[in-house]
Amino acid sequence: MNRDDVLEPLLFENSKPGRADDYLPKLDVPEAPLPGEHVRDDLPLPEVSEPDVVRHFTRLSQLNFGIDTNFYPLGSCTMKYNPKINEATARLPGFAWLHPYQDESTIQGALRLMHELQEILAEIAGLPAVTLEPAAGAHGELTGMLIIRAYHVHNGDTHRKYVLVPDSAHGTNPATATMCGYEVIEIPSDERGNMDPEAIEAAVNDEVAGLMLTNPSTLGLFEEHICEITEMVHEAGGLVYCDGANMNALLGVARQGELGCDVLHYNLHKTFSTPHGGGGPGAGATAVSETLEPFLPIPVVARNADGYCFDFDRPHSIGRVRAFYGNFGNMVRGYTYIRRQGRGGLEAVSRNAVLNANYLRAKLQDTYHLPYDRSCMHEVVLSGKRQAEQGAQTLDIAKRLLDLGFHAPTIYFPLIVEEALMIEPTETESRETLDAFAEAMLEIAREAAETPEIVTEAPHNTPVSRLDEVTAARKPNLRWNSAAD
Amino acid sequence: MSYIPNTEQDQRAMLETIGVEAIEDLFDVVPEQARFPRLGLPAGMSEVEVGQLLQDMAAENVHVRQQASFLGAGVYHHYAPAVVDAILQRGEFLTAYTPYQAEVSQGTLTTIYEFQTLIATLAGMEVANASMYDGSTALAEAVLMAARITRRDKVVLSQGVHPEYCDVVRTYVQGLELPVEEVAYDATTGLTTVTDVEAALSDEPACLVVGYPNFFGGIEDLAAMAELAHEAGALLITVVNPIALGLLKPPGSLGADIVVGEGQPLGVPLQLGGPYLGMFATRKKHMRQMPGRLIGQTTDQDGRRGYVMTLQAREQHIRREKATSNICTNEALVALASTIYLATMGGSGLRRAAELCYHKAHYAADRIESLDGYELVFSTPFFHEFAVRLPAPPRDVNAALRERGMMGGYDLGRRYNGLKDAMLFCVTEMNTRDQIDDLVDALVQISIR
Repeated sequence: MNRDDVLEPLLFENSKPGRADDYLPKLDVPEAPLPGEHVRDDLPLPEVSEPDVVRHFTRLSQLNFGIDTNFYPLGSCTMKYNPKINEATARLPGFAWLHPYQDESTIQGALRLMHELQEILAEIAGLPAVTLEPAAGAHGELTGMLIIRAYHVHNGDTHRKYVLVPDSAHGTNPATATMCGYEVIEIPSDERGNMDPEAIEAAVNDEVAGLMLTNPSTLGLFEEHICEITEMVHEAGGLVYCDGANMNALLGVARQGELGCDVLHYNLHKTFSTPHGGGGPGAGATAVSETLEPFLPIPVVARNADGYCFDFDRPHSIGRVRAFYGNFGNMVRGYTYIRRQGRGGLEAVSRNAVLNANYLRAKLQDTYHLPYDRSCMHEVVLSGKRQAEQGAQTLDIAKRLLDLGFHAPTIYFPLIVEEALMIEPTETESRETLDAFAEAMLEIAREAAETPEIVTEAPHNTPVSRLDEVTAARKPNLRWNSAAD
Repeated sequence: MSYIPNTEQDQRAMLETIGVEAIEDLFDVVPEQARFPRLGLPAGMSEVEVGQLLQDMAAENVHVRQQASFLGAGVYHHYAPAVVDAILQRGEFLTAYTPYQAEVSQGTLTTIYEFQTLIATLAGMEVANASMYDGSTALAEAVLMAARITRRDKVVLSQGVHPEYCDVVRTYVQGLELPVEEVAYDATTGLTTVTDVEAALSDEPACLVVGYPNFFGGIEDLAAMAELAHEAGALLITVVNPIALGLLKPPGSLGADIVVGEGQPLGVPLQLGGPYLGMFATRKKHMRQMPGRLIGQTTDQDGRRGYVMTLQAREQHIRREKATSNICTNEALVALASTIYLATMGGSGLRRAAELCYHKAHYAADRIESLDGYELVFSTPFFHEFAVRLPAPPRDVNAALRERGMMGGYDLGRRYNGLKDAMLFCVTEMNTRDQIDDLVDALVQISIR
């Protein structure tokens, strides 16, 4: 391969034996004989000097967009600013260098933080019991649905084999239901973008374990019949799981427990601003009703006369969903953020997130099709179908935005909106940034009408042009191999 | 309030554009009885105050950089070159997300492709994914994958696999109702008992799971385990420690079908148990049954090399209820940490880290074994952990060590009835000879007392 065709050589291509620096101290004890039959004879890992390592990763970083470099309105992902103080507190040695099997008496500060975070998340959800163990949102979903299953099994109610999932749901919801052994019944949305109460009424019965909903929905809309629907599910003996992906809209606006939800997962990395890291680590704390509290995974953090402790003595627990106690480092970040914001700050978060999304809606809805003409919550879902008719698809619009210095919104999701553009500005963006983004969207619409090839051939000034995904999938190349292989 | 740039004046102008009077009007759709609850939360704090609060809470803890620690049991204290955290804090990596727009995500995509290559190489396997949440969930997903591939239900777990990993497997299989059978460790060697494995594999199992090294530090005979599993038509899943793979033969060369493990030792702080890194590698023939994200190499329209997410037809956002898993992220930043770690250490550095662990652990084991009242529980080659029978209950020994300003090992009695009087010690390159000698002196005093 020609070097000009390579943005940055791979580590393996920069490797030369003997180049790696030495970081570790000399051996200060006698050598023991190595277990000869078990010792590997080759370890073909790259050898690169430290200056080259730093340059390699720094150059690679410069090929990325992040929140720190660009507006990143990726719908449903809540790409808000990640405060630097959170990184500082998570790196305090008294948090970063705790071993999970230390004696509880030596980690009282950490346990206090976890206990307080449990209480705060319970208060926001209006659901009294919380586990911090799930490692991500989808992991919280799995935890929540296993809890619902355990509740039914505990009641001898083993014939419930269906879970209702709206057609606008994240793909994780039906995938989770399957992992829990359930069959999915899809619930259609009505013409206002709500779950259709009539469809729910027709679907609920004593074979339905529960409903997995998202509120605000992935359409960025508040479910208008939420209380009626959760009541219907409860009357049929089912439980309601709420996907908390969109909790950024509801802090101090409504408690999911008061809307009839029995389980709610949070994405600490969305709502409470822990960094997304290029795709994880997240943290998926999950809150449940009093009825479901006995089924929480072990351990939960409790408080007794001696101080804070892990409570393992929970006979009805679903068990562990993860080794140890969850993504503690992200709990420190989320807790720091919550304490910094306080009640008033968190209320302002959701109010401003919703204000910003509606502002973009107002600026764009005359040019882009608005499939559901009502106020939105923290994100607005538009359709690029007018532009598609002119020859520029939503994918093209997304790529053109990259040229103009903006990360693209989430596209082609939710599946029920044709040519969907799901835009979540978050509260941490200024009016000026929103104006610049709206202007870019309007400019692209003009281009789509007048010079569509500028849009369809985009991006023009990113590090690479459009990549061949078809060949990538047909002939998978998932690792580097030396030419000799 | 913090991190909200819009002023009241901005807000008023925006409300005018929207056509409502007040922000609260945007929430009319929320049922009135539930709208705007007054949350019982404390008021906000300045950055000075919140920094102090967290510093005070951190100071209530004792950490392994203050005191010698001999704790391992799945989580290991190693050195990470300063480069690792310096790069991790670059906002372009830290504040990006899933590389949906590949043209502006080549940094993340390239590093994950490098990660996949490094992990596959370490494991001696053909392909690795972009990572799972942690070692325990990687194992649970591997078990589900084995059941899909073999179209069988039964899961056979060695007791030499981390007990909390076994817990997680049991939780994950609840919904699908897969039967799980545990096979005992041999009381003399601490390795998985071959006769028990043969019996457990007799009725159409999907997989056999063993640790490498196992939970007690012992080096299992993987080739023999692979042969037994394959004869029974089952897959061999191994749970590995990546630092140990700097020294030990890769499981791929010994017949493993799926290799999972906790990537934390590769440059990731202990953090009381997370965020960590699930490693997941397998044979190419099984790659379409893998859970999780995969990055592949391709070219752009101008023929330049580039990277994209690939084989997404396995994943939940495409396949929904038919997906191979519900996982929708990896642990990209932690995978980046381990990639930088391996890049700076190099093959030679990893081998040296592994050898330092090995020699120091054996020095410690030899010295402890020579003490009256202490004996090694198992007679088998081990990597950097070993079980010791104590003259006093492990709780008491650890309390006495705490009084002397050090952290003892893992109390095996917590999970193993046959090991109520035993402790699992771990020694890494972070333990100096002085620390080991201090531990030995303390154990002498404890046994006399």
